[in-house]
Amino acid sequence: MISLYARRRAVNLVASTLMFVATAIGLFFLAWILWTTLKLGLHAMHWDLFVKDTPAPGTDGYGLRNAFVGSLILMVIALAIGVPVGLMAGTWLAEYGGRSRRANVVRFVNDIMLSAPSIEIGLFTYAILVAPMGHFSGLSGGVALAILMIPIIVRTTDEMLRLVAGEMREAAIALGAPMWQVVTQVTWKAARAGILTGILIALARISGETAPLLFTALNNQFYSTDLRHPIANLPVVIFQFAMSPYDNWQQMAWAAAFIAITFILVLNVCSRLILKGTVKRS
Amino acid sequence: MERTRAAADRDLKPAAEENRSAGGARALSADFLFRYVALAMALLVGATLVAVVAAIAYDSWPAIKVFGVWGFLKGRTWDPVSEHFGAFPFIVGTLVSSTIAMVLAVPLSFGIAVFISELAPSWMRQPVSSAIEMLASVPSIVYGLWGLLVFAPQFANVEPWINDHLGAIPGIGVLFRGPPMGIGMLAAGIVLAIMILPYITAIMRDVFVATPTRLKESAYAMGATTWEVARNILLPYTRTAVTGGIFLGLGRALGETMAVTFVIGNSDNLSASLLMPGASIPSVIANEFTEATSKLYVSSLIYLGLVLIGITLVVQTLAVLLLGTVGRGARARS
Repeated sequence: MISLYARRRAVNLVASTLMFVATAIGLFFLAWILWTTLKLGLHAMHWDLFVKDTPAPGTDGYGLRNAFVGSLILMVIALAIGVPVGLMAGTWLAEYGGRSRRANVVRFVNDIMLSAPSIEIGLFTYAILVAPMGHFSGLSGGVALAILMIPIIVRTTDEMLRLVAGEMREAAIALGAPMWQVVTQVTWKAARAGILTGILIALARISGETAPLLFTALNNQFYSTDLRHPIANLPVVIFQFAMSPYDNWQQMAWAAAFIAITFILVLNVCSRLILKGTVKRS
Repeated sequence: MERTRAAADRDLKPAAEENRSAGGARALSADFLFRYVALAMALLVGATLVAVVAAIAYDSWPAIKVFGVWGFLKGRTWDPVSEHFGAFPFIVGTLVSSTIAMVLAVPLSFGIAVFISELAPSWMRQPVSSAIEMLASVPSIVYGLWGLLVFAPQFANVEPWINDHLGAIPGIGVLFRGPPMGIGMLAAGIVLAIMILPYITAIMRDVFVATPTRLKESAYAMGATTWEVARNILLPYTRTAVTGGIFLGLGRALGETMAVTFVIGNSDNLSASLLMPGASIPSVIANEFTEATSKLYVSSLIYLGLVLIGITLVVQTLAVLLLGTVGRGARARS
C-alpha cells in the first residue's frame, strides 16, 4: 500500500512539474517575442518614420508615413462597412431571430467565418473585386478587412444583447415604443459597452492582418490616398521589408512591428477596461 | 430569459397593430425598415460562406478544367515555366507543419490549462491566463518576423543536437537528419505551435474552470491527487469541448499564412527530413500570387486555395459542432 501511495505521489509530482514547465514555456515565448520587438523596435524608432515615405530599394532613406496613412485608411473603410453590417446582423440574431432555425444557421456560418483562414478571405475579395476591376486597390483591401471584422462584431453583439434583461424590453414595449426604438434606445444602450468592446477587438484583430492584403491592397512605395489603386500599409511593408537584404528596411520592419503590437495591446487593454467598468457598475 | 423574449415577441404584435390604427404609420414603417435591414444583414452574413466557396471555385475553374481534381491533388510538379501545376507537395507541407504544431501545442495547452484551473495559487491565475491570451493578439506577421530573424538563427544552433540525438533513433531518425539551416518544416511547426497555443488553452481553461466544483471536490475528498483529478474528472467531463478546441487550433494551423511563409523555407521539393525546407498551401499562395503572370498560373494558385478551404472547412465544422456554445467568448476575444 505504501508503495502505491508513493507511486501516486510521484506521478502527481512529475505531472505537476510538467504542467508548470508547460506554463513556463508559453510565458517564455511570449516574453521572448515581446522583448525582441520592444528592443529592436525602440532601437529603430526615429522621427523620420512618421514624416517620410518608404525609401526605394537600396537607398538610405527611412520612413513609413505612407504606410501609416494607408493602414489608417484601410481601417476606416473596414470600420465603415464592418460596424453597420455586423451590428445589424447581430441585432437581428438577438432581437428578432432568437432561437429560430434560420438564426441558428446564421450563427453557425458566423462561427465558421470567425476562424476562417484570412488568406481565404483575401482570395475571395480578389475574386469579387480585384479581378473584375482589373487591378489591386485600397478599396478592396478595406473590404477584405471588413469581412474579417464582421463575424467578431456579430458574435459579440449577439451575445451582449442577449444578456440584456427581457424586462427592460417589456417595459419599453409597455410604454408603447415600437420595436426599433426599443432596440436602439434601450437594448443597444444597455449593451453598448459590450458592443464597443467587440468592435475594438475586431479592430485589433484586423490591424495586423497581412495575408488578405497581399491579394487586395498590395503595397505602394509612394504616398497615395487613391482608393482605386494599390495603397501602402504596415503589415505588407513589414512582410516586404523583413524579407529584404537591406539593413534599413529590416530596421523599419521592426519599428513597424513594434508600433503594430503597441496599437493592438492598447486596444485590448481599452476593451478590457470598458468591460470591467460596466461589470463593476451593474 | 428565453420565455421572457417569447413573451415580448407576443406582446409586440398587438403593439404594432395598435400603432397602425392610431395613425402611427411613420413609426410602423421605421419599424418595418429596421427589422428588414437587420434581417438583410443577417442573411448577408449567413451567405458569406457559400459566396466565398463559390467565388473561389469560379476563379479556379480554368485550372480545374486543365488538371482535373485527382490530377491536381496528386500532381507532384509545380512548374510555372511549363505551366504544369500539382498540389501534392503543398498539401503534404500543410499537413506535416500542422501535425508538428498539434503534437507540440496540445500537451502544452493541456498543461497550462490544468495549471491555471487547478495548480496555480489564485493570485496567479488571472495574470497567467491573460499573458497566454496575449499570445493570440500578437499578429502573425510579427510571429513571422520574429521567426525568421530571431528564432531561426537560434534554432540553427540547436539543430546539430537534434541531428545527433533524435537523428540517431532508428525508424523515426530520418525525420531529424538534415543541414542546420534554422528555417524549415520543423521551425514552421514550432512557430505554429506557439501561435495556436492560446486558442486551445483558452477553450480548455474555460471548460476546466466550468467543471462543477462538486465533482472535483468529491475526487479530492477521496484523496485523489491533482493529476488524478485532471485525468479522471476534468478530461472525461469536458472531452467534447476539449476535442472541439483541438480542432479549432488545427483549423488555425492549417490556414496560417504569414508566419509559415517566413520560416518554412519555401521549397516545393518533398523531403523526408523535417529539417529541410518545404512549403504549405498558404505559403505558396502568399509567395507567388503577385508574381503570377499567366491566367492559368493565377487560377492554379486560387485552386490551391479551394483545396485549403476544403480541408479547413471540414476541421472547422467539426470544431464548431463539438464546441456548441462553449468558449464562444474566448473565440471572439482572439
